[in-house]
Amino acid sequence: MIGFGGWDMPVFYSSILDEHQAVRERVGIFDISHMGQIAVSGPAAKRWLNVLLTNNVERLRIAEGQYTLLLNERGGVIDDLIIYCRTDFDYFLVVNAAKIEEDFAWMRSRLSAEVSLSDRSAFFVALAVQGPRSPDLLRQFGELPARNRIQELRIQGIPALVARTGYTGEDGFELFYPAAAGALIWNGLLQLGKPLGVKPCGLGARDTLRMEVCYPLNGADLAPDRTPLEAGLGHFIDLEKPEFVGRDALLAQKVSGIRQRLVALKADGKSPPPRAHYGVFVADKRVGELTSGTQSPSLGVGIGLGYLDVAYAYPDQRVEIDIRGRRFAATVAKKPLYKKRC
Amino acid sequence: MLVPDDLRYAETHEWIRPQGEIATVGITDHAQAELTDIVYVELPQIGAALEPKQAAAVVESVKAASDIYSPVSGEVVEVNPELESNPGLVNTEPYAAGWLFKIKLSKPDEIASLKTPAEYRSQIGA
Repeated sequence: MIGFGGWDMPVFYSSILDEHQAVRERVGIFDISHMGQIAVSGPAAKRWLNVLLTNNVERLRIAEGQYTLLLNERGGVIDDLIIYCRTDFDYFLVVNAAKIEEDFAWMRSRLSAEVSLSDRSAFFVALAVQGPRSPDLLRQFGELPARNRIQELRIQGIPALVARTGYTGEDGFELFYPAAAGALIWNGLLQLGKPLGVKPCGLGARDTLRMEVCYPLNGADLAPDRTPLEAGLGHFIDLEKPEFVGRDALLAQKVSGIRQRLVALKADGKSPPPRAHYGVFVADKRVGELTSGTQSPSLGVGIGLGYLDVAYAYPDQRVEIDIRGRRFAATVAKKPLYKKRC
Repeated sequence: MLVPDDLRYAETHEWIRPQGEIATVGITDHAQAELTDIVYVELPQIGAALEPKQAAAVVESVKAASDIYSPVSGEVVEVNPELESNPGLVNTEPYAAGWLFKIKLSKPDEIASLKTPAEYRSQIGA
């Protein structure tokens, strides 16, 4: 067990490698109750959220989800989150555990008329059911939402919000339901999933799975002094919007250029697992450092994410990772590092 | 957790098996179970002089790197060549094929000051 965002969470139930493989090949279930849920509603909710978040809420249709960022005035990342549109007046935000209070305080300090804001984190527990067999496990409860969509379903009689989203690069679902039913559905799904080879999965596998598909982790790969442009998340920023917090800083950065960019690295051969804060070198020049790293269970080599000076932040750039004073060859690779076999 | 009766143990979860003036060192079943999924082992140089509680090797699981300490004083005379291609042996056979290094004891009396199997069992609550 380790502390994570104020929660005690298991790193693994059986083994990180076992759990990782279960999600890539079959189905795994993660307890993600640590994550926060914030409800935003009211006639002005959409307009207000659009000024707070980088992506365009206007483009979000009912029952759809959208990956987006909450920035500070300097364009740095406070949090990355998914916003679901329940109705035109009712939005559901899923945020990182360690950032619930900060996000909520930030939002409340900017609250305007005709918007109501509520931290629902204590009410909801959440499970991520991830892997190619996850639809087979959940189909018995009704028609499942399409990719990136959310709908209500009764899971074992309990009303739950079910979203087809995740943090693993696999097909999968995230279930949000009342805390009182927490153990009931967790135990029930593990039981029902036995014929499919389901595994309970911990934070360790969650981390290796997301790194293989290069999903950033806030607090590691994202930070208040890094902009989403530096993090390679430009796709989730709509600079055409007339106004949002951080927009001016991002526009200025577009003009001045970025100094470093978050890239994915793959070790060329055998090496100790790369880890956060290891230095990255080109010849004798330190060109950046890792913000995440692991031994990739699917690829069988070390992988990492890190900010490199832009001159070196391109696929096929050869670099070396410093691991306890020894250098190991690695190459900047296209994201994602792992792609599903079709 | 397996704690063989014929070994001595360090508080930091290494085992040692003396055979004459040479002793074999590895990590315990308890330690490998806590680390899980060992994917890389960095072994000491042959000829390295070690002292008790000196970092001698690094065992890396998917999640973390852990220093392994020498339980005794001496000189490294052999390292386990199998671990380069198969570090998982430390998980599957911690007391046999998953040994880490052999050390030539310079102070054989140190062995007696290490934990007995009963003492180590009580440390880990086994």
